[in-house]
Amino acid sequence: MATVKDIQFLDSAARPGVAAGTLTESSFGAGGDAESADQVVGEKMVLNMGPSHPSTHGVLRVVLELDGETITRADPDIGFLHRGDEKIAENMTYNQFVPYTDRLDYLAPLANNVAYAMAVEKLMGLELPLRGQYIRTICCELARVSAHLLGLGAFAMDVGALTVFMHTFTEREKVYNLAERLTGARFTTSYTRVGGQTRDLPLGWLDGVRKFCDEVLVTIEEADQLLTRNRIWMDRTRSVGVISGVDALDFGLTGPNLRASGVNYDVRKATPYLLYDQLDFEVPVGSVGDCYDRYLVRMEEMRQSVRLLRQCADRIPGGGENAHQEPINVADGKVFLPPKEKVLTRMEELIHQFMLVTQGVNAPAGEVYFGAENPKGELGFYIQSRGGGTPYRLKIRAPSFCNLSILAHCLPGHMISDVTAILGSFDFVMGECDR
Amino acid sequence: MPTSLEFANRLREKFGEALSAPTEFRGEVTLTVMDPARISEVCQEAKEACGFDLLVDLTGVDNYGEEPRWTVVYELYGLDHRCHLRLKTSVGEAVSELPTVCRVWRGAIWHEREAYDMLGIRFQGHPDLRRILMWEGYPYFPLRKDFPLAGKPSEVPDVAFTKPAPLEGGPFVTVAGGIDSIVREPRVRTLEGQD
Repeated sequence: MATVKDIQFLDSAARPGVAAGTLTESSFGAGGDAESADQVVGEKMVLNMGPSHPSTHGVLRVVLELDGETITRADPDIGFLHRGDEKIAENMTYNQFVPYTDRLDYLAPLANNVAYAMAVEKLMGLELPLRGQYIRTICCELARVSAHLLGLGAFAMDVGALTVFMHTFTEREKVYNLAERLTGARFTTSYTRVGGQTRDLPLGWLDGVRKFCDEVLVTIEEADQLLTRNRIWMDRTRSVGVISGVDALDFGLTGPNLRASGVNYDVRKATPYLLYDQLDFEVPVGSVGDCYDRYLVRMEEMRQSVRLLRQCADRIPGGGENAHQEPINVADGKVFLPPKEKVLTRMEELIHQFMLVTQGVNAPAGEVYFGAENPKGELGFYIQSRGGGTPYRLKIRAPSFCNLSILAHCLPGHMISDVTAILGSFDFVMGECDR
Repeated sequence: MPTSLEFANRLREKFGEALSAPTEFRGEVTLTVMDPARISEVCQEAKEACGFDLLVDLTGVDNYGEEPRWTVVYELYGLDHRCHLRLKTSVGEAVSELPTVCRVWRGAIWHEREAYDMLGIRFQGHPDLRRILMWEGYPYFPLRKDFPLAGKPSEVPDVAFTKPAPLEGGPFVTVAGGIDSIVREPRVRTLEGQD
């Protein structure tokens, strides 16, 4: 609703606070200083960005109060994708909820499946056979590469570097092909169950992973050459959206966004789960905490994920074809569905299947929190059980939700064009934020 | 390296009977704060004296049919000592209010808004206690156990803009229910012989 009167204020000469021609990077201060922004005098205008804006990556709405092109206040409005997942979870058995986890961070469904299954297994006190853990680690790291490839492509596209998007999406397609061969679905994988996964690795799949590892490194190098020393890219991202380590921690940021601010917290290292304490990898940490650092951290994480994938592919017990029938699931028939041929021929297995399908796994009363390092940050599940097959309360600690809570603090002081860069560098998913 | 249990005992020394004995389940330590009015105090101490600098999660639970009805669960983590600690406190339905921990961790601002939005638990001293996932003016609290899974019918919010759009009334704007642009615009091109 810009009126002629408002538009006149866009001329910087009309604003006593900022003289014409001095609108440089430094005059906005790194990190979005709200106080200095308030000193800029002039008539404020409200701009509604989203919920259907291409750079809001889904349905995030940010109400911006502007002084000219400078943001003086930002109010993120979320919930447009709220589906009541937590309510739904309270009304179904643990295994029935697995497909809903696909739709949290829908760019890394395999990692969500694993995190959820592990939370329930923690409640039940189960541990998976080694091969199963390797399969899950591979799933998590594949999901991380895939999610970061998308995050990188979309971020680059948001600030105008369209080419990168084409390269990363070509590569991401290969992850989906692998997911399809593994689970039967490209996006909605629903691969895990409480106590295991639905199927073992298909023949030749590990070779596909190895081939993908070789190919994705080439793409990462290409993107690196297109962006890292690119003058325009650096100007758009460096010293933009600076978040200090203290602020990042205070607002509960996790994942690459936290590490870019110089805080070394990675759940895989801090409280290792699966096989992360036995595998060799490094955690990249930024120093400035700006958009550029968040980009660099993600780039390095992809390379580290490839390292992890290669180690897993080499070490997995049973190898690609699993000739010796290494177990991948918990052997307890009261937890994991018995093989179908036994269900059809034996009484006990038939009863187990019947109980599992009608009642769900019989979880003990108690409460657990399990957090996993997902591509976007720490995806946690807090489960309060009062016994039986359904959770009494299941809270999803969505990393995107926590990451976005800092927006109101970090946007003021920046210009509108920086919003796309900042949002792109945050790499959030609204399906997870809104649940 | 101190353990979660040691931190729990340290907090207990400080606050005495205000905290319950720590319970342990699957390696996780839970402390219950008896008086919900002291939760922010306990959190402050946990952050400053025990180094729990990350509020991982904040959850509201509805113990429907039991008293007190609400339980709020704080999941804390300390980066230096790598320990988790869970704090719990309960508050009755008649009060439905407890102090905010926003001043301890600013990340709690959104978490507490969510707990309010979903369950109707209010947080005293919260700077901005609005709904967050549901829209402003939504009449129910959907995560309560007495709210049906299928939902309840409610009014959807009005359109966001109430003032006229800048071009409304202009020559090229079609108004719903009004005459179409072919009639309105005299210079419209038509096929020959179809006047």
